[in-house]
Amino acid sequence: MSLSISRKTRREILTHIALIFVVLVVLAPVLFALAKSTQTRAEVYRFPPMLGPGSAGLLNYKIVWHQFDLGLYMRNTLIVAGIVMLFKTIFSMTAGLGLVYYDFPFKEFIFYFILFTLMMPTEIMIVALFNLVSDLGWGDSYAALTVPFLASATGVFLFRQHFSSIPSDLADAARVDGAGPMRFLWSVLIPMSWNTIAALALIQFIYMWNMYIWPLVIIRENDRQLIQVGLRALTNQQDTTNWGWVMAAAILAMIPPMLIFILLHEQFTKGFALGKDK
Amino acid sequence: MGTTKFKGKWIPWLFLLPTLAILLVFLYLPVVQTFRLSFYRVAFLGLKTKWAGWDNYINLAQDSGYHHTVWVTIVIAAAVVVLGLGTSLAIAMLANQKVRGASIYRILLIWPFALSPPVAGIIFLFMFSPGFGAVNYLTELVIGTELNWLGNPRLAVALIIMASVWKNLGYNIVFYLAALQNVNTEVLEAASIDGANYWQRFWRITFALLSPMTFFLLITNITYSFFDIFGMVDILTKGGPLDATNVMIYNLYRDAFEYYKTGLASAQSVILFLLVVILTIIQFRTSGRQVHYGG
Repeated sequence: MSLSISRKTRREILTHIALIFVVLVVLAPVLFALAKSTQTRAEVYRFPPMLGPGSAGLLNYKIVWHQFDLGLYMRNTLIVAGIVMLFKTIFSMTAGLGLVYYDFPFKEFIFYFILFTLMMPTEIMIVALFNLVSDLGWGDSYAALTVPFLASATGVFLFRQHFSSIPSDLADAARVDGAGPMRFLWSVLIPMSWNTIAALALIQFIYMWNMYIWPLVIIRENDRQLIQVGLRALTNQQDTTNWGWVMAAAILAMIPPMLIFILLHEQFTKGFALGKDK
Repeated sequence: MGTTKFKGKWIPWLFLLPTLAILLVFLYLPVVQTFRLSFYRVAFLGLKTKWAGWDNYINLAQDSGYHHTVWVTIVIAAAVVVLGLGTSLAIAMLANQKVRGASIYRILLIWPFALSPPVAGIIFLFMFSPGFGAVNYLTELVIGTELNWLGNPRLAVALIIMASVWKNLGYNIVFYLAALQNVNTEVLEAASIDGANYWQRFWRITFALLSPMTFFLLITNITYSFFDIFGMVDILTKGGPLDATNVMIYNLYRDAFEYYKTGLASAQSVILFLLVVILTIIQFRTSGRQVHYGG
């Protein structure tokens, strides 16, 4: 008996060691960036490389925030991501309501019309989208960065799937009570949809925060630029690049999506019904 | 479905209107325009357009540079899929063990989900830079020489693959962990009693039960290495050296926005679009059904 327990404990210790090793390997690039972001220029270029915290403290962070407009880019990106999260959630929710709780002609056609857009990533159509948005006179505007992204098949189908799984007694009860669709949405569906809302909010925020090729081509004016393209400018002067600054900027740009992810990842798993076999 | 319906002729359309309008204008319309533009030649910074028939497609079919671009895209996608899914499954199985602090380990393993390709590219660019990059210090210690990661075509491809696999670990592990939690442990125990060894249990049971998820991840990882890789390539190599990492999406971007060959770029868009359509159809035929219509 005692033998089997010690074997079990040994196995557990080995698992811990393996897990810690893997965690460190996966984290290594970010830990390295974090260390370098606190080093002075001389410390960054020291050979052999200095891997601990440096003597610059938060100085690099202050410099990129103010002198390299990181604060501005992050503010712009927060605004754009916020607008998209809010309206896409509302539009996807009402579309889901329309698809699940109404009968209307051409419903199947509409379903496929939305479904087919899963095959149309923005990146592919970038030339035509660029022409279209420029013709609308939206170049260099928040409209160019938000309006094309306010609807998606993913959002609509997430809510459609979730609403379909809600027992129909609730809708019956709402009808008997004389509640209209908006009341029903507000007081029944939304309170039952927080996991779905959180899942959609999470993927939207990360998608918008990490958006790169579209702002790169459509935004020329620095005042409107988003964070990922802003980072690009920092690395562009290869020879004179102060890598301490660049790493500080990279760490800053990582923080908001990381926070949202750590806060919402459990809702994300539930909202996507990933555990649905249970 | 037996769901109670509300009454109203126009109300459902009102609810669907914003979504339908945006999808129509900003997704369907550009698709149609892309097809149309691919039959034109655009010159003088977009001021002059001329009907070109199939010329753009013929040019691409005959251009050895474009053949190379397609080949590089396939090589990188294949490597990212095989290495990425293999590593992620191994890590997910390790993180699925019941040990103390399992949820903390999980967060520490899935966080790259939130990472962006440009940020991953910037950190890798710094680590692998010639002269002062930390990786070169290591290679000097181990094999006694520096490797020119950004100047050697093969090494540059390897660098793009490594950075892409690393960035996508979080996404793959999240999905594999969710799938592993649905694997019935009783079946595994029964097989173990019947004398199946670890590898037999893994291949015949766990891997077989995970195959729908593996298939789903296969498709999403191919799409990832077709499109999201743009940020990585743009930061790390700009398609170089000698076009070694000039993947299809990067070539398209350069033709469109650096050389202003709108027609040629649109023809490339159409080719990429057809590839995505094929992938999506395969996905719907199999695991897609489960992902999108499940529940």
